[in-house]
Amino acid sequence: MGAEVFEQVRTALATQAREAVVAHGILALTIEPASLGEVARQLKGTFGFDMFLDVTAVDWPERDPRFDVVHHFYSTQHRVRVRVKTRVPESDPTVETLVPLYGSARYMERECHEMYGIVFRGNGDLRPILLYEGFVGHPLRKDYPKQHEQPLVPYRESK
Amino acid sequence: MTTPPAPRQPSAAFEYLTTKKDEFVGWARKFSLFPYPFVTACCAMEFMSVSSTLYDTDRFGAALPRFTPRQSDLLMVVGTVTHKQAPILLKVYEQMCEPKWVIAFGVCASSGGFYQNYAALPGIDKIIPVDLYIPGCPPRPEMVIDGIMKLQDRIARDRHPIITKDF
Amino acid sequence: MSRPLTSLPNPIRPAFDKGTSEGSVIVNIGPSHPATHGTIQIVAELSGERVVRTDVHCGYLHRGFEKECESHTWHNLIPYVDRLNYCSALINDFAYCEAVEKLMGIEITPRCRYLRTLLSEYSRIADHLTCIAAALMELGAMTAFLYLVTIRDYIYEHIADLTGARVTYSFGRIGGLARDLPEGWLKRLEEILDQMDTFTGRVHGLVDRNRIFIDRMRDVGVIGTAEAVNWGFTGPILRSTGAPRDLRKDTPYLAYAELDFEVPVGIKGDNYDRYYVRMREIDESTHMIRQVIDKLQPGPISVDDRRCTLPEKHLVYTEIESLINHFKLIMEGPQVPPGEVYSAHEGANGELGFYLVSVGGGVPWKVHCRSPSFVHVGGVHKMLDGYQLADIVPTFGSINMIGGECDR
Repeated sequence: MGAEVFEQVRTALATQAREAVVAHGILALTIEPASLGEVARQLKGTFGFDMFLDVTAVDWPERDPRFDVVHHFYSTQHRVRVRVKTRVPESDPTVETLVPLYGSARYMERECHEMYGIVFRGNGDLRPILLYEGFVGHPLRKDYPKQHEQPLVPYRESK
Repeated sequence: MTTPPAPRQPSAAFEYLTTKKDEFVGWARKFSLFPYPFVTACCAMEFMSVSSTLYDTDRFGAALPRFTPRQSDLLMVVGTVTHKQAPILLKVYEQMCEPKWVIAFGVCASSGGFYQNYAALPGIDKIIPVDLYIPGCPPRPEMVIDGIMKLQDRIARDRHPIITKDF
Repeated sequence: MSRPLTSLPNPIRPAFDKGTSEGSVIVNIGPSHPATHGTIQIVAELSGERVVRTDVHCGYLHRGFEKECESHTWHNLIPYVDRLNYCSALINDFAYCEAVEKLMGIEITPRCRYLRTLLSEYSRIADHLTCIAAALMELGAMTAFLYLVTIRDYIYEHIADLTGARVTYSFGRIGGLARDLPEGWLKRLEEILDQMDTFTGRVHGLVDRNRIFIDRMRDVGVIGTAEAVNWGFTGPILRSTGAPRDLRKDTPYLAYAELDFEVPVGIKGDNYDRYYVRMREIDESTHMIRQVIDKLQPGPISVDDRRCTLPEKHLVYTEIESLINHFKLIMEGPQVPPGEVYSAHEGANGELGFYLVSVGGGVPWKVHCRSPSFVHVGGVHKMLDGYQLADIVPTFGSINMIGGECDR
């Protein structure tokens, strides 16, 4: 049953998907950033992927475009998952927001923004959620040193 | 200009009375600890276990947690403190009245644990003074009770002046 | 100290700082608060006792899990994975190990599969006990808390006999488990399962038909199925709305396809349903563990694959190949082929997923945890708005937000 849904999705999105591969039980589509909103609407409306699982990014500093933005969707009806990957450059790391479609995208897009610097166009609330006000930089990028701390409270001299 | 008066040497009777007073106040304070459990992470599971029936802190008089810093005298920092949480910890510590003691419960509160990165504070003694460190990830309840008993010994041996230079 | 308290920096920026109407008050709850289990800050606008809107802030326990994982080998980061959902640490271990095993193309042995299933259900029982105990304590039912924490302590001591630790175990290994069951472990397991019914029966008797409990939990924090799916709720919260969605039945993994169990669902999606669904899940997990004990057969627990399994000690000390294999596995880590995988297990809170990216080599490129608690905290305001201030505490307790999992 999962294979049929994957075939339907693959044929319907053949023009937008540059790559469509089924690996480890998940259909992974690679698309252009501009078509993300349209693909998400089709997945939700036509194919019944009603649950938005996750959005995160992967940093490839040697490559241009630098970031892979990865979305995962789940269908409670067909019980299968789909991964949608887009590539965005460092100079303009912008993708469209999915907040109008899925409420759960709010917090996850905030986390992806503060960790990698991906801008979600249309999401007005990109405050830091796991980090704090005043934190400079995007820690999960590969060029942020792991132990570079930015303390809010200055350290006291301990005896 | 007169010379300042020579400091008065306390008599032996006076010293005997203050020692007895210190012992009495120390005994009272050590068996009536009011902990403020500043609970953040996994060590909370062991804190729940150590306050419950099998390993009881009520035996030491340290059972009733006072969830306001104004009424408590023992700040137990249980779990990792991150940089985001540090101002809150300092605020809670400063609101407590003297005398107060701080226990760093768990290795994350003592030294940052194995989180050596941008997010975790490398030990709470970077921002507040700590009286007792209980290492362990998380520490067994027996270790926690051993630690509380050591703190009680320290409180018993301490000097408890009634009038200090701030008051 | 003569520094004014207001001079300390404020780590967050709330979404609103003015009320919507005359006479409404903005109140800050947390992050060091006795009744929010874990460090969460809720900025609530109140009109009298009624909550108009809330802004929930998490992140006070963000310990940099992903960044830490990128500098450790695939095996060395198992303790970090443990401390995500620290109430049911074994489920995290096995979910992560299965994701790596998918990337490497390894199939675990049957005994390991059954043992992982058994220990996952055992951990799930411990997590539900913790959640219900804390939620009941906040309502004032201290006796129920003590009963449940006592039986949970028996479980911790019992798992410590097997793994060596009470709360965070680091027991899963890629390709198997750390060690096999000791003598007499299964006998003690049966004793604890027999006592489980007694203890949960006592709590049912104290609370289920208690007028105060029903008044405080029925019709409080209600959410419907469609809204729950839109806001990403999974696990007991989604099941309490009436939708029988459970990854153990929908996309079976480990040995769940062979076990006979029900998926308890609620009626209205309120706090009472969430409490009752968790209590019934404890019963179902006990039933599943008994079935697995019957199916358990002796055999190896780690797959015999030198890419990930450490060789036996007596071989390491006598053969040069085993010595080199052991050395390379420890120093460089298991070599995982390039690729990416997303693998999800049914955690105690919902869908616990791991998204791993590998570029070959012994150190991961990215380890991302899709944590159910984080998503639930993003949607909890739907259950808080419109209710009373005193309802914030039981509603928040019923979603079982675990700080380590939410903030990672």
